[in-house]
Amino acid sequence: MLGVTGSDTHKAIDAVWRIESAKLIAGLTRVVRDVGLAEDLAQDALVAALDQWPETGVPNNPGAWLMATAKRRAIDGLRRGKMVERKHEMVARDLETRQEDTVPDLHDAIDDHVGDDLLRLVFISCHPVLSTEARVALTLRLLGGLTTDEIARAFLVAEPTIAQRIVRAKRTLSDANVPFEVPRGPELEARLASVLEVIYLIFNEGYSATAGDDWMRPALCEEALRLGRIVAELVPNEPEVHGLVSLMEIQASRTRARVGPAGEPILLLEQNRARWDHVLIHRGLAALERAERHGERRGKYTLQATIAACHARARTAEETDWTRIVSLYDELSEVTPSPVVELNRAVAFSMAFGPAAGLELVDALAAEPALKSYHLLPSVRGDLLAKLGRAGEARAELERAAALTRNARERDLLLARAARLGEESQAAT
Amino acid sequence: MRFMVIVKASKEFEAGILPSGELLTAMGKYNEELVKAGVLLAGEGLQPSSKGARVKFSGSKRTVVDGPFAETKELIAGFWLFQVKSKEEAIEWVKRCPDPMEGDLEIEIRQVFEVEDFGENFTPELRKQENRLVEQMAANARR
Repeated sequence: MLGVTGSDTHKAIDAVWRIESAKLIAGLTRVVRDVGLAEDLAQDALVAALDQWPETGVPNNPGAWLMATAKRRAIDGLRRGKMVERKHEMVARDLETRQEDTVPDLHDAIDDHVGDDLLRLVFISCHPVLSTEARVALTLRLLGGLTTDEIARAFLVAEPTIAQRIVRAKRTLSDANVPFEVPRGPELEARLASVLEVIYLIFNEGYSATAGDDWMRPALCEEALRLGRIVAELVPNEPEVHGLVSLMEIQASRTRARVGPAGEPILLLEQNRARWDHVLIHRGLAALERAERHGERRGKYTLQATIAACHARARTAEETDWTRIVSLYDELSEVTPSPVVELNRAVAFSMAFGPAAGLELVDALAAEPALKSYHLLPSVRGDLLAKLGRAGEARAELERAAALTRNARERDLLLARAARLGEESQAAT
Repeated sequence: MRFMVIVKASKEFEAGILPSGELLTAMGKYNEELVKAGVLLAGEGLQPSSKGARVKFSGSKRTVVDGPFAETKELIAGFWLFQVKSKEEAIEWVKRCPDPMEGDLEIEIRQVFEVEDFGENFTPELRKQENRLVEQMAANARR
């Protein structure tokens, strides 16, 4: 390849890896029955590419090259008996019972059912034997093709911590003998819920960074959206996956509008709607339609997406259909009762029926233990008190909220509002 | 990051010759692959320039010129909007595209501007100015 420098080839290899790695690992896991071993084989193939491609150039079909290389390693491994003994026996026995020659069978086994394998990889990465943290790390690693370092930086955790987490997760899956399969029947719903939860966790970690100086980390949002879109095509008849994709697309459409010039957060109703991303809104509304087409009753993601769509459809904040949003929150609290949903409902209620009515609902939540250190409770209460002209009380609530949030930008915003209220109340006296 | 992937026109395309069934199938498969990978945000195929027009600007003067336009190779036949992690990823996907038309032609890859791309030169003052501009545009649009 003329004129391509080593570093250009490395970037090209990164790109190929991003496109191919999940399919590669999925195909290999089906054969070697161990996701950790499959990833090692895929990594070996990557190392071979990094070694050879700067000399030879990137092959025309890089995915096939990686697969062929990894297959060769797998077969060498099988022949030399270097793999984990138990797995080796299982694979060997399986191959024998099919009474076919080992090598061509291995090739065929890998080439079939790319989509099915990918879906199996999705389910195994989000398997309930793993902790939530482990599911998140493994999903980003195996499906997102992210390096340990990238995951560590995204979550502001030290790299060895993530590396450890992934190693342990792979060992847990291996020890528990978790089958590489797509769950069927009633199990499917619960397992799919875990997958969607992991994706939404990744999204939220990016969308509303719980800690640190950055209000959001867009790369994580993009990654979660990509994973959501992939899973939506793998299980296109599941309404909630489209609901989740819709919710994420619409939330992501506000990315540009929700951060001010100095990096400070701008709340939904104060956002400049001209800055919303209409490509993403369009996609979000289309995904919502798909969710509605496939489901008879709306699940929690579809309901949240429907609420988000209410905002997306309103050309100005004043045009928002708050009464409809209140009734959607009613439905949502039936599907998934939670004090946080109640708090959101109270906000919508105050918009529809006035701050006094909203404050009554918020006050009823004050004793809720789950909201004890939730900064949005005093933040919402402060807002409503301010609207009711009770500046002194409002200020105290906003300061309380500032003390509770872990996000530096949000804290600044809350304190600034509290200070403004202080000036106003002084000017009034 | 986002890239606009622009398929340039060919003589046949400009002449209004419709793509073969074979090509349509291959393109459909390619599009499906892009969707399955979560890469494709949007995309459209365009009609030949004979169905389009240009508005030329010169000071306050506006002149309308109807298509077709001569410089075939500079014309656009369609576009995709990709969401990817790097330019190399966009290139990798474009290399996998089936030949969009007969003969030699080109697909151009262009990165979409995002506010972050202005880097440190984009000062808070400039950001404020941009916000005001966008607000003004929105206000105008509502009138």
